[in-house]
Amino acid sequence: MLDVRGIILHFRGVAALSDVSFQVKPRTIHAIIGPNGAGKTSLLNCISGVYRPQHGSISFDGHDISRLTPSARTKLGIARTFQNIALFKGMTVLDNLLIGRHVHQHTGVLGGGLYWGFGQREEIEHRELCEDIIDFLEIQHIRKKVVGTLAYGLQKRVELARALALAPRLLLLDEPMAGMNAEEKEDMARFVVETAEERGTTIVMIEHDMGVVMDLSNRVTVLNFGEKIADGTPEEVQRSKLVQEAYLGEPTDLSA
Amino acid sequence: MRCGDFRETYAEDMALFETAFARRAMFAFLAAMMAVPWVASAFWLDVSLRVLIAVVAATGLNILTGFTGQISLGNAAFLAVGAYSTAYLAGHWNLPFPLVIPAAGLITALVGMIFGVPSLRLKGLYLAVATLAAHFVIEFVASHWDSVTGGVNGISIPAAKMGPLVLASDRQLYFLALPVAAGLLLFARNLFRTKVGKAFVAIRDQDISSEVMGVNVFRYKLLSFAVSSFYVGVAGSLLAYQARIISPENFPISVAIDQLGMIIIGGLGSLLGSVFGAVFITLLPELLRLVTGALSTTFPELTTLFASVKMGVFGLAIVLFLIFEPDGMAARWHHIKNYWKLYPFSY
Repeated sequence: MLDVRGIILHFRGVAALSDVSFQVKPRTIHAIIGPNGAGKTSLLNCISGVYRPQHGSISFDGHDISRLTPSARTKLGIARTFQNIALFKGMTVLDNLLIGRHVHQHTGVLGGGLYWGFGQREEIEHRELCEDIIDFLEIQHIRKKVVGTLAYGLQKRVELARALALAPRLLLLDEPMAGMNAEEKEDMARFVVETAEERGTTIVMIEHDMGVVMDLSNRVTVLNFGEKIADGTPEEVQRSKLVQEAYLGEPTDLSA
Repeated sequence: MRCGDFRETYAEDMALFETAFARRAMFAFLAAMMAVPWVASAFWLDVSLRVLIAVVAATGLNILTGFTGQISLGNAAFLAVGAYSTAYLAGHWNLPFPLVIPAAGLITALVGMIFGVPSLRLKGLYLAVATLAAHFVIEFVASHWDSVTGGVNGISIPAAKMGPLVLASDRQLYFLALPVAAGLLLFARNLFRTKVGKAFVAIRDQDISSEVMGVNVFRYKLLSFAVSSFYVGVAGSLLAYQARIISPENFPISVAIDQLGMIIIGGLGSLLGSVFGAVFITLLPELLRLVTGALSTTFPELTTLFASVKMGVFGLAIVLFLIFEPDGMAARWHHIKNYWKLYPFSY
């Protein structure tokens, strides 16, 4: 579904990603893990188009998307959330979700300004789709609240809702559970699994909580200092020596 | 207190007015506004016409600056483009006003889009300086392109007409300006209920994430410049029809600053705010004039000080608003409304 090949990204001499390749299979939850500064978010930014890697190609469903703008990639069905919440803080939850419907709407300036007729019909149609997502993520009580006034955990959930409103085929989640308490994490994990299973969305997820990663993901890619050091099922990755070294340091023989 | 207000369909939930009372109040207000020409003196009629024109222009600027977050100092110039287009289309081609006004808007929209191109790269103050350049370019063109603009001597505009109908006096023009202003406000309100308007606000709040959400940011920034300039162009057209003679002196940079003042005092990103701000800033000098006029017998030196007093009070008003109500008059209005909504049980 997603095929990343030989990505090299550097910022004025600082290498962020060196020759990273991996594949994501349809309808799986694919986790990307690694210590801080390993290049996980940079990789996600390359996939969603925020960064342009100097070398390498990214293809989605067999189409090369390396040269497309972020908005063009979104139209193809790639949605994402951000590590530091990037919601539209001055807008209501509902309006944030409706922005998610942007690429599926066709009302122009005139249709919108004259409203009655086409504009209204389309708004109601998309409102219904947004309400489905609001029900799915259990945020009915805040649908008309301005996002900037909400608690952190809820904002994270709204961000997932906004990404889901796009009806994406590939969903990129950048630390969906960061800074959450145990209960909020459980809810979020449930939503991620349900998204994959019920909606058939393929998910690429960066996450630091190893319990969550090992429980949810079908496949894990591990990065360290911009290089891929392991790729496989959670069990395989856990057994990898390189991964153990990256996380725990090199084994020291204490008996010596 | 409001009660028994249930919504059963999404159409009801998305309605223009929250309650039937609000809708009736708006119609009553518009009817009262229609009656103004019968009660107002020539002086106040002139003022109210200028208020209506300012409302249209401030709404235009608010669409760009308040809703899309692109600061513009080019508003006086765009107003001039609308006014000169009117002079040319009505003077040279003798077109009727129902064609001239939208055409002036469209020409200004085009010019606005051209000067909006720097917004691809520039943000905030840098964009403000780029639009300031637009101001001086257009001012230069207006004072040197003699065959079209009449140069520094100015150009006269025939009265607005359509067949046998001639709108020459302020009273007649008022009946044109009021529906135009009301219609454009309604149009803007609808725009922000649908795709394009929401994309504008998204760009203001978070441009990177709106791009990632599939909004083509550059295209929508240009679109915002176009829509905004259309409004300003229409305002310029009405202004030309009222003034009947225009020259570059009608459009100094201070007009652009006044309009920024309107939307800041009224409320950035609020259509109601554009109306409040336009009314306030247009009425302020007139009220000051009345006050100084009444006091001039006792304090004759006030009349000579008038110009500086006016600027001083204008500045003071902006500073006070920024300190005490940074969200503008519209926010204050909502506070007051919310207070009365639950009165007497405020919790």
